[in-house]
Amino acid sequence: MSSIGTGYDLSASQFSPDGRVFQVEYAQKAVENSGTAIAIRGKDGVVFGVEKLVTSKLYEKGANKRIFNVDRHVGMAVAGLLADARQVVEVARDEASSYRSSYGNPIPLKYLAERVSMYMHAHTLYSMARPFGSSVMIGTYDVDGPQLFLLEPSGISYGYFGCAIGKAQQNGKTEIEKIKMKDMSIRDLVKEVAKIIYLVHDEVKDKTFELELSWVGEQTEGRHELVPPEVFSDAEKYAKEAMEESDGSDDDEL
Amino acid sequence: MEGIMEQPFWANGPKPGSFYDFHAGHSSKTTTVMPVKHTQYPMVTGSSVIGIQFDGGVMIAADKLGSYGSLARYRNCSRILKVNNTTIMGAGGDYADFQFLRDIVEQRVIDEECLDDGFNYTPRSLFSWLTRVLYNRRSRFNPLWNTVLVGGLQDGEPFLGYVDKIGTAYQSPTAASGFGAYIALPMLREAYERNDKMSEDEAKTLLESCLRVLYYRDCRAWNKYDIAIVTHDGSRLEESKTLSTDWSTADMVSGYE
Repeated sequence: MSSIGTGYDLSASQFSPDGRVFQVEYAQKAVENSGTAIAIRGKDGVVFGVEKLVTSKLYEKGANKRIFNVDRHVGMAVAGLLADARQVVEVARDEASSYRSSYGNPIPLKYLAERVSMYMHAHTLYSMARPFGSSVMIGTYDVDGPQLFLLEPSGISYGYFGCAIGKAQQNGKTEIEKIKMKDMSIRDLVKEVAKIIYLVHDEVKDKTFELELSWVGEQTEGRHELVPPEVFSDAEKYAKEAMEESDGSDDDEL
Repeated sequence: MEGIMEQPFWANGPKPGSFYDFHAGHSSKTTTVMPVKHTQYPMVTGSSVIGIQFDGGVMIAADKLGSYGSLARYRNCSRILKVNNTTIMGAGGDYADFQFLRDIVEQRVIDEECLDDGFNYTPRSLFSWLTRVLYNRRSRFNPLWNTVLVGGLQDGEPFLGYVDKIGTAYQSPTAASGFGAYIALPMLREAYERNDKMSEDEAKTLLESCLRVLYYRDCRAWNKYDIAIVTHDGSRLEESKTLSTDWSTADMVSGYE
């Protein structure tokens, strides 16, 4: 990497001569090392899916969750350093509770995204701080319909119809682009999300993973929650069948 | 709010609602000493809250009047709260203090839901917490001016608890606060002693008759009321109802003109 040995990558508060902040770019690299997480915004809600890589057989099932509740109506899926991401979750929860205590209403997602991204951005400005090694996606469903934001280590945040972060972010984005998510309900999207997670999983490099699925939408009455067991097993079955079909067609070609 | 909200887990970061500032914490503060002010009387108040256990559940009821002294100032103040699927709560006394408590309880329930670890407030845990808060506040000579009933199902068993503004707390299958302690409680006890396995409908009829008597006799009561019920099917806050009353004998009353 061009940054190494130049001395311009030692601090988040120093630019390189060509105008880059290498510490931020390293943080983005940390995100690319983690299991994939995707989110898709449909017509009646948002669906989150996470490929949680299980690095040891000794972990309990369900350990190190990567989908979080921020408030009743807001969900967050994360990729990157988990400990960093948990700090972001904590800050988001504090923002949500602070807003509720001041204004007596649930926090609007646009406002939450702005506050949390400002917090992440502040960590790219000072030599004494390190940027967050994680990206987070937050989503909700309210009177303004479904909303989805992606916050990156640089402090940037945009609204999306679909986003993918982690190892297979490129593949994930390509797969999401094939979906007509604007016309789809979250009941159908949850299957597609499961399918994409299975599709982008690299069996050779990473052996085992646990699928995490959550949603927030009209049918959950605006609450963010993990998908119910029967919906989960439906989606997982659909994903596995789709994988077998594509494996079969690969064989035919050979 | 200090003393009630616990210290944040990590206190050195920027506070929500404020901007990140790495140079903070070194400025010298000047403090102004002001006289200590405490609540000595309630302002807008709610009257009685009543509750009873029945076979497989608990219910709590209260009218919707917010009195400003003797003036019937607000006539649509809900004083009953669904806490979660197993717990309900109702309060009399200062309405602002109730709102303060309610907001804290609601946020704590949300925090608990966010963790998503399968645990949540039970009637007993909420009740225990409330006794600590109310007792703590009275010990600082700054009480939250409320009488609170907490009800619900814990391990399948009904629970009903009472705690007042000085932290006096007990649990009982029947409970009533304020004027209701004089008028409704004997009615509740009599019915409960006659039949401690009453059905949900019987219990509801009983609470309604207590509320009706209170409306006739308590000058700070109202005919519009809320009722919250916990059963094995979950908890619910029912839509507000209005008491049917008969004042046809009122003009026979004499001696008070």
